[in-house]
Amino acid sequence: MCGHCGCGAKAGATVINLQTGHEASLGGGETGEHLHDHFHVHADGVAHAHSHDHDPAHVHSHAGHGHDHHHHDHHDHGHHGRRHSHDHAHEHGHTNHDEAAGLVLDLEARILAKNDVLAARNRAWFAGREILALNLASSPGAGKTTLLERTIGDLHHEVNLFVIEGDQVTANDGERIRRAGAPAVQVNTGTGCHLEADMIARALSELRPPPESIVMIENVGNLVCPAMFDLGEHARVVILSVTEGEDKPIKYPHMFRSADLMILNKLDLLPHVDFDVDRAVAYARDVNPAIEVLQVSARNGAGFEEWYGWIRRQSKLLKDTVFPS
Amino acid sequence: MHELGITRNIVAIVSDAAKGRKVRRITVDVGDLSGVMGEAIAFCFETVARGTPLDGTALDIRRVAGRALCATCRSEFEQASLFAPCPCGSRQFTRLQGEELKIRSMEIEGEAA
Ligand SMILES: [Zn+2]
Repeated sequence: MCGHCGCGAKAGATVINLQTGHEASLGGGETGEHLHDHFHVHADGVAHAHSHDHDPAHVHSHAGHGHDHHHHDHHDHGHHGRRHSHDHAHEHGHTNHDEAAGLVLDLEARILAKNDVLAARNRAWFAGREILALNLASSPGAGKTTLLERTIGDLHHEVNLFVIEGDQVTANDGERIRRAGAPAVQVNTGTGCHLEADMIARALSELRPPPESIVMIENVGNLVCPAMFDLGEHARVVILSVTEGEDKPIKYPHMFRSADLMILNKLDLLPHVDFDVDRAVAYARDVNPAIEVLQVSARNGAGFEEWYGWIRRQSKLLKDTVFPS
Repeated sequence: MHELGITRNIVAIVSDAAKGRKVRRITVDVGDLSGVMGEAIAFCFETVARGTPLDGTALDIRRVAGRALCATCRSEFEQASLFAPCPCGSRQFTRLQGEELKIRSMEIEGEAA
């Protein structure tokens, strides 16, 4: 239970280090860092440095005149198609209303701003270590874990791969990843249907990936909720399998719009299913003209060289961003 | 259902800003195209607020309809879904409103600044 607001945030969520077996609760208390204490902290990570020269909670008094309050606009920063805003709470006292006196606080606070601040911190942490972090999202059963197993097996001579495995309850997928040879931390979200930035921060404190490694974040199988939550990843990958409907991109536009890459998986099943690849790609480009598309089979490895090429390009992009020439 | 997490965020942000004062009313803007259901937030709110400074606080959810400006015919049009095209057929547009997800204001009890 959260002592600050009593909201019981993250009730039931745990982080399990699959190497050491160390288990920690995300429900507050002994785990220390709690996100509610930090929502007002402005992220000023590498990519988002800017200053605010006003007290974010100053009080204005307006007696008997109009209410043309100056609202500070959100500062939106584009970063690979996602937005990060920094918000301020402004208090405005209205003393001349007819109704009983009350203080109206104009908050203009984006409700996801706290998560965004923590995500920006994660992003800066990754960037400072030149760690490529990818956020992998899909429906349940699209083949994320199989894709990761093959990727770990193929790339382990080239790069250190680490996995943060999100799941509501079990550690089954995390165990598969560990057996494939990558250090993994399991985040069980309990009742939660997505990972949030503070869970990633906690998982990283267990995982401790070294500089220049890759962190794959396997989000909870769900195309709705994970779309809303920036984790501080460098790029977002959405995996769609040909056993699903090709209209998923327009059914779940938030996810496909926020993704940098769509991987069409289970291509080996294409002869046996009713799935129109061109139509799926066209739908994805309707919601996100910039989305890249790869076609793979995690079962037989088809298309995986292109996937690794994409990963290498992202690593280079990250390094070029950290040290622009 | 991400609305539960979002509702917890609302309660946390407002509780923090209230600094221990009693909150009478909160107004939250939820855009039709935000990917969040206002009804679900309203449903979660009472449960999440229980035992917090927001216990008993009224929650006003203001729906914001989707609107966009077409880049092809330059007209403004109402947009029912995130990627619905302009009536002229164009998919090139700039969103004007409908993606809001923010706490507009809160009203503190009994106090006048
Ligand atoms: Zn038009």
